[in-house]
Amino acid sequence: MKLVFIFTEEVDMREETPTITTQNTLEPLSLESFEGILLPMYSSYVTAGFPSPADDYLEEMVNLKEHLIRNPGTTYMMRVRGNSMRDAKIEDGDILIIDCKAKPKDGYPIICSIDGEFTTKTFREKGGRLFLEPANPDYPIIEITGEMELRAWGVIVWILHKPIRR
Amino acid sequence: MSTLFALCDCNNFYASCERAFQPSLNGKPVVVLSNNDGCVIARSNESKALGIQMGTPFFQIRDLVECGDLHAFSSNYTLYGDISSRVMRGLAEFAPSVEVYSIDESFLDLSNMLGKDMNAYCRQIKESVLQWTKIPISLGVAPTKALAKVANRLAKKSAKANGVLVLTDPHHITAALKATSIEDVWGVGRQYAKLLRRHGVETAYDFTLKQDAWVKKHMAVVGLRLVKELRGESCLDLDEVSPPKKGICTSRSFGERLTELNDLVEATANYAAKCAKKLRKQKSCAKVVTVFVQTNHFSERDAQYFNSKTIAMPVATSSDLELIHYATLALKSIYRAGYRYKKTGVILKEIVPDNQIQYDLLDTVDREKHGSIMETVDKLTTRYGRDVVKVGTQGLGNSWQLKCERKSPCYTTRLSDLPIVNNSV
Repeated sequence: MKLVFIFTEEVDMREETPTITTQNTLEPLSLESFEGILLPMYSSYVTAGFPSPADDYLEEMVNLKEHLIRNPGTTYMMRVRGNSMRDAKIEDGDILIIDCKAKPKDGYPIICSIDGEFTTKTFREKGGRLFLEPANPDYPIIEITGEMELRAWGVIVWILHKPIRR
Repeated sequence: MSTLFALCDCNNFYASCERAFQPSLNGKPVVVLSNNDGCVIARSNESKALGIQMGTPFFQIRDLVECGDLHAFSSNYTLYGDISSRVMRGLAEFAPSVEVYSIDESFLDLSNMLGKDMNAYCRQIKESVLQWTKIPISLGVAPTKALAKVANRLAKKSAKANGVLVLTDPHHITAALKATSIEDVWGVGRQYAKLLRRHGVETAYDFTLKQDAWVKKHMAVVGLRLVKELRGESCLDLDEVSPPKKGICTSRSFGERLTELNDLVEATANYAAKCAKKLRKQKSCAKVVTVFVQTNHFSERDAQYFNSKTIAMPVATSSDLELIHYATLALKSIYRAGYRYKKTGVILKEIVPDNQIQYDLLDTVDREKHGSIMETVDKLTTRYGRDVVKVGTQGLGNSWQLKCERKSPCYTTRLSDLPIVNNSV
């Protein structure tokens, strides 16, 4: 069996990383309208004496929703249970943002359904063979072979992780 | 210029939505039940194969469900609405204009694609929509909307077509029309089908042979347009933008028969609040509210009663508080003790955009305050879920509530209902 993907969009997972020009400096951003909730944004500059040049740019708003969700019509969220992707920074309780339009490439975390259940694996393409790789040594690597029932559901584009939980 | 339309129809839409987030249901028989879990309103192919009919009462299939041979769901319109808009959005990428015809059907204008490999293009649409939304669709393509409907129906029925049928060749069109009986033609109701059959029309093809004058005489201009469309002459354009609704109605049958005024008031208040929310969503206000009550007219042992009351409000409004107030007044004036009520409903009319309201000199309502209350309520419900805040009249008990014991989670619209990824395998 082949793993067939019908995707039209190539997503470069790296491009979303903000460019940090100077150490200890974050880009000044305002966050606006994430599901109608306004988040105040402060410049991260703490300068003594001079007013920050970044203050001039405070009105520039960034819509967090647009930033996280590029294709609203094909984007879904799912909640993680279990630790098989721990070393890929996908942990129990995280919320995943999944784009079903993004094209999976070697190394991308994807959602697939195996034996009627959704699960997360890293998609690997090695020498014409396809693998689903967990990110935890306790779990096996699965090679996609003829008799498996497998559907590639979508590509994980963001992981929402809460650092402190009760 | 020649025209080309595609009719895209989601296969077994409600059942497919239930499956989208439960991969374990693939290949299993699934049905969706009507409001109140009364009867079957959608079936997966597997349940059709089990011989389950549309409208089968739930009690007849309860045994199958209880022993796990059939999966039954209460209707989850929040989920279906969201998936529907995703499907339509996906389709919009393939055509310059789209007419959303119903929750699971839309017309695409493909006139600019004439001369391209339509079959391949349609396969691409079908595969993409499946990958993007997990919903299988069928496409029928033809020079007119009525013919696209014919093509779509055959696309679904024929195993060879496998969900895509392009009718552009005149010979194929004739064959398709001959294979479509007159009852199955778009817009031909039971009455017209009877009339046409009396005049020797058995199939869509026979219909196209009728004289224009005859059709116009018996079926008016609508029938004439239809027959021309079937002959390949495009008369119906894409109707892209649906105008704001002229009337809004919320009405449901109760889970059990109600006799007490208080229960009816609660139900009516909730329906009024639902209408108000719909109004605010389309940024309009209503001037007239009608409330109706009815008993179960199918029941022979119950005394029958139906009544309605219409109130013209002093100023058009979209506030829960005002609409509930007037709906309750209307209800109280028509309620009669001693009947077992089956249904009540709220209808709003005289709907105007909220920036074109005529104010009343003697108006005592603080409209600005109402506006900001409603805005806050809408924000809270978006954030925390429906009915998290409501007007006291709407009650807490809700004994009148619909039965929906088998409802699936709102996978795509509620944070607490997100599908679970099992990372322990």
